[in-house]
Amino acid sequence: MPATNSGAVRPAAISAEGWGWRHAGRAKPAIQGLDLRIEPGERVLLLGPSGAGKSTLLHALAGVLGDEEDDSDETGSLLIDGVTPREQRGRAGLMQQDPETQVVLSRVGDDVAFGAENLAVPRDEIWSRVHEALDDVGLRTAAGGGLALDHPTAALSGGQKQRLALAGILAMRPGLILLDEPTANLDPAGVLEVRDAVKRCVDKTGATLVVVEHRVSVWKDLVDRIVVLQPGTGSEAGTPGVLLDGPPDHVLSEARTMLMGAGVWVPGYVPATRARRNEPRTAQLLLAAQDLSVSREKPRRKGFRTIPPVPVQSGISAQVRAGQALTITGPNGAGKSTFALTLAGLLAPVDGTVSAAVELSEGVGMDPFKWKAEQLISRIGTVFQEPEHQFVTGKVLDELMFGPRHLGHGEERVDELLERLRLTHLVDANPYTLSGGEKRRLSVATVLAAHPKVLVLDEPTFGQDANTWAELASFLSELLDAGTAVVSVTHDQEFSAVLGGTELQLGPSTRTENDRQEAGAA
Amino acid sequence: MRDALNLRGNQALLTRANPLAKFGSVFLISLVLALSIDWVSASTALVAELALFPLAGLTLRLLWQRAWPLIIAAAIGGWSTAIVAADSGAVLLDVGLWSISEGSLELGLGFMLRGLAIALPAILLMTCTDPTDLADALAQKAKLPHRFVLGSLAAMRLVGLMAEEWQTIGMARRARGVGSQGSPFQRLKATLGQSFGLLVQAVRRASRLAVTMEARGFGGGQRTWARESTYSLLDVWVVLGGLVIAAGAVLAAVGAGTWSFVWR
Repeated sequence: MPATNSGAVRPAAISAEGWGWRHAGRAKPAIQGLDLRIEPGERVLLLGPSGAGKSTLLHALAGVLGDEEDDSDETGSLLIDGVTPREQRGRAGLMQQDPETQVVLSRVGDDVAFGAENLAVPRDEIWSRVHEALDDVGLRTAAGGGLALDHPTAALSGGQKQRLALAGILAMRPGLILLDEPTANLDPAGVLEVRDAVKRCVDKTGATLVVVEHRVSVWKDLVDRIVVLQPGTGSEAGTPGVLLDGPPDHVLSEARTMLMGAGVWVPGYVPATRARRNEPRTAQLLLAAQDLSVSREKPRRKGFRTIPPVPVQSGISAQVRAGQALTITGPNGAGKSTFALTLAGLLAPVDGTVSAAVELSEGVGMDPFKWKAEQLISRIGTVFQEPEHQFVTGKVLDELMFGPRHLGHGEERVDELLERLRLTHLVDANPYTLSGGEKRRLSVATVLAAHPKVLVLDEPTFGQDANTWAELASFLSELLDAGTAVVSVTHDQEFSAVLGGTELQLGPSTRTENDRQEAGAA
Repeated sequence: MRDALNLRGNQALLTRANPLAKFGSVFLISLVLALSIDWVSASTALVAELALFPLAGLTLRLLWQRAWPLIIAAAIGGWSTAIVAADSGAVLLDVGLWSISEGSLELGLGFMLRGLAIALPAILLMTCTDPTDLADALAQKAKLPHRFVLGSLAAMRLVGLMAEEWQTIGMARRARGVGSQGSPFQRLKATLGQSFGLLVQAVRRASRLAVTMEARGFGGGQRTWARESTYSLLDVWVVLGGLVIAAGAVLAAVGAGTWSFVWR
């Protein structure tokens, strides 16, 4: 049923009766025995531990789950307004976690129009919807970027990309908006940006809203109902799929302990962490940045000339000391990660120097960027934001043994790391199949297996549940006490409070809009 | 790289022409130039193409920046042809094994000019054509299946993303101790590993993007187009221009008596 009339949005009703789904190639269903009714216009926050089938439910509602042909299995019924979701394109709109894959086309206006085009909305109607949707998500106000229709989507921040995705969904005039961890990959400013845009839009259209997200405090005031799915819904037949259901305050007080146990970020809850014991007053200097300019780009060739990249940030000086934490903060695009990667010997400085003290370099030269890979890992370890980027083998145990085997020592530490980071039961698993929290713990463990004196972490707590968060913070505080230097790029103030040490605040990027355009044109 | 495909700021006349008309023109010119190996037809086409630069918003500086490897390759190709081709006519330069004669110099020059004359229209086309507009034209005017065209367009956006991802994965692997140093075999192994990492990420991104597109109703039978791909009078001129350049190149070469089919 294409939404060809421009009339008001008709909020959708959801009903699930004994519904379950088993993905193709899996032995157990991802979710089963779900009985749930959501009335038109209701706003629901869906909670539950990972593996409860939240994403599967949202995908099913969006009508993008499997086909009749493959061997996935559906039980019971899941209906929107009494009809299966697959049969009504455009009735529901879905936003996923990774902002990069929420953008389809390369110009802002075209991207918003994409969904409406697919629903065969007439051309004039499409453009009036595009304008309205961009206004509604706040991308056209001066504060929101004041974007023109031909603004390149590649130049948007994560929060802007998610709001663009929301605009694309609104242009389809769906009766049901589904958000699958829409803010997990965003910094705090981006989180609020997206939350506020969602609120404005559901207030205006009255559409039904279902959000999956484990940061409850962000969404608590926006929703009027919280549904907690049974942990491990798929494990036993006959257990009800819904554990708790009701107004936010009621559910949060009823299930507070259970939710905290499941790693949900319940409002007002900061998980207990190990405190630092012996923070040294004066400590050995290991690594220093002097008047550093950084960029991810390499020098470019323009014909016969070599042109150095325009630095994203310049004039940075910092010192890394044994047993002390250094936290790098600053707004989006300030070059925090770029600085950290330069400090870690992974990017060449555009200008200025990174120099390792003799205690760190141990005779391989002052410049970490010039070190060989195996010289680097036993001195400076870097944990990337996306754990998957660092997986180099097909088994958890091999992954941990990789560094020690290359170095020829340190294999004996692996068991201790496995134990400490609760990975022992996963030694034979493929790293790519682990859960988000397990992947994070593994990526920290693999880097530490090489026993570096300096540990650099890029947004280690992004999108992590409260349990992983607490484990990570406690573990790092232990490392610090044992004399490792920890450098972390983070927006997470509670996390940096646990680690202590000094904060290096970077200002907005020194790069101008003009620089970026020029760099892009070549 | 992601922004390189963006035409923002290019206001030149040819950006407003329909991509299919431009494509047709380029095809005509390349076809004719592929038929002969003389220097007259190539240089005629080359001069005409250079004259079109302002209409496409291309400058010599921009051309050099974007296509210097191509230009150098054409020059090297021409030079080596001049050296190794069989001598005919007066010998101009003789250094032992290498010699350049009038005949071989002509052949080398023809080779170089031809390479440039065939490459230039494609560069002109890329400079003044937005990929989105090209996709619109291919689907609406050339009636190619829209699933295929729009799928390719969305995938192309991911290619730019993958270039950035390649760099990140390279750094992430160095941080694990996988270096690009060592023997050629070790380097090959490291590159293969990095490619595998990129492949995994590419597949994940692509499947998530596919879900996004499907959730926005992509893949149904009927769809409308927010941007209409239209032909205008300008497109008639574009095709005519292509015809004139192609025909001019042939006539000039036949007139000068240098036209020779490649297969002869």
